[in-house]
Amino acid sequence: MPVNIQAVGKTYQPVLYAVGREKVKEYARAVGETNPVHLDFQAARDAGYADVVAPPMFAVVYSAPSVGPPIFDPEIELNFAMMVHGSQEFEWGTPVVAGDEITTTSAVKDIFEKDGRGYYVFESISTNQRGEQVCRGTWTNIVRGV
Amino acid sequence: MADLQVGAQIPEVRVTPDKYLTARYAGASGDFNPIHIDEEFARAVGLPGRILHGLWTMAQVARAQTEALGGPEHLKRLSVQFRGMGLPEQEVVVSGTVRELSAERVVVDTVAEQAGKQIIRNAEAELTP
Repeated sequence: MPVNIQAVGKTYQPVLYAVGREKVKEYARAVGETNPVHLDFQAARDAGYADVVAPPMFAVVYSAPSVGPPIFDPEIELNFAMMVHGSQEFEWGTPVVAGDEITTTSAVKDIFEKDGRGYYVFESISTNQRGEQVCRGTWTNIVRGV
Repeated sequence: MADLQVGAQIPEVRVTPDKYLTARYAGASGDFNPIHIDEEFARAVGLPGRILHGLWTMAQVARAQTEALGGPEHLKRLSVQFRGMGLPEQEVVVSGTVRELSAERVVVDTVAEQAGKQIIRNAEAELTP
């Protein structure tokens, strides 16, 4: 069955995420960060930040919720049970700190078939409350046996 | 900050995720897919047991770069390919080699391995010096 490419270009409702100080610290500890700018308010202030700094990969926390709707969009017909996360790219802009409000909008960037596998590429763009881009994510999911 | 020159290795990150890491990371990240936290479920779908979140492993790759350069603000872009699966209670080793270096930009080729197998491969990090 060929992949359905009609949804390429489709965009989804923005998702708002409010970055909490304790959430940043919880995430930083879970991934083994020891840099005090992620864990200690005063250290972050001393380094010139308004509050604790989200580690770059905290991007998954604020942007992944916006990638759920395309993955489960019936128009895309993505077979979730056979899906694996094939590759991932993040490109970062302005640092994210506790207190920020991040808005993420996702879109279907590409859908194609190669060697019997379906490739579903989603793009998420995240901006802060000042409209500055903080992250662009490219999420490539691979479905076996399309 | 590590001494950077083209062809040089960045300092390795070696970390052994403990038995409960996947539960803590699930809570921290919001990814509660049962293949990461439920041993019975994972075996029922043909996995050897609970597996690591690929994005946790990617965070170790990111940390190797930010620690090498001296802070999170240096990391501008990171792309990775996930391969196979990572398992709890086995050491993960992140290594990297500087491929490009200029006044504006550092590019590092980097991988994450477990038991000699790459679980993240063909990864590329772009940083500011």
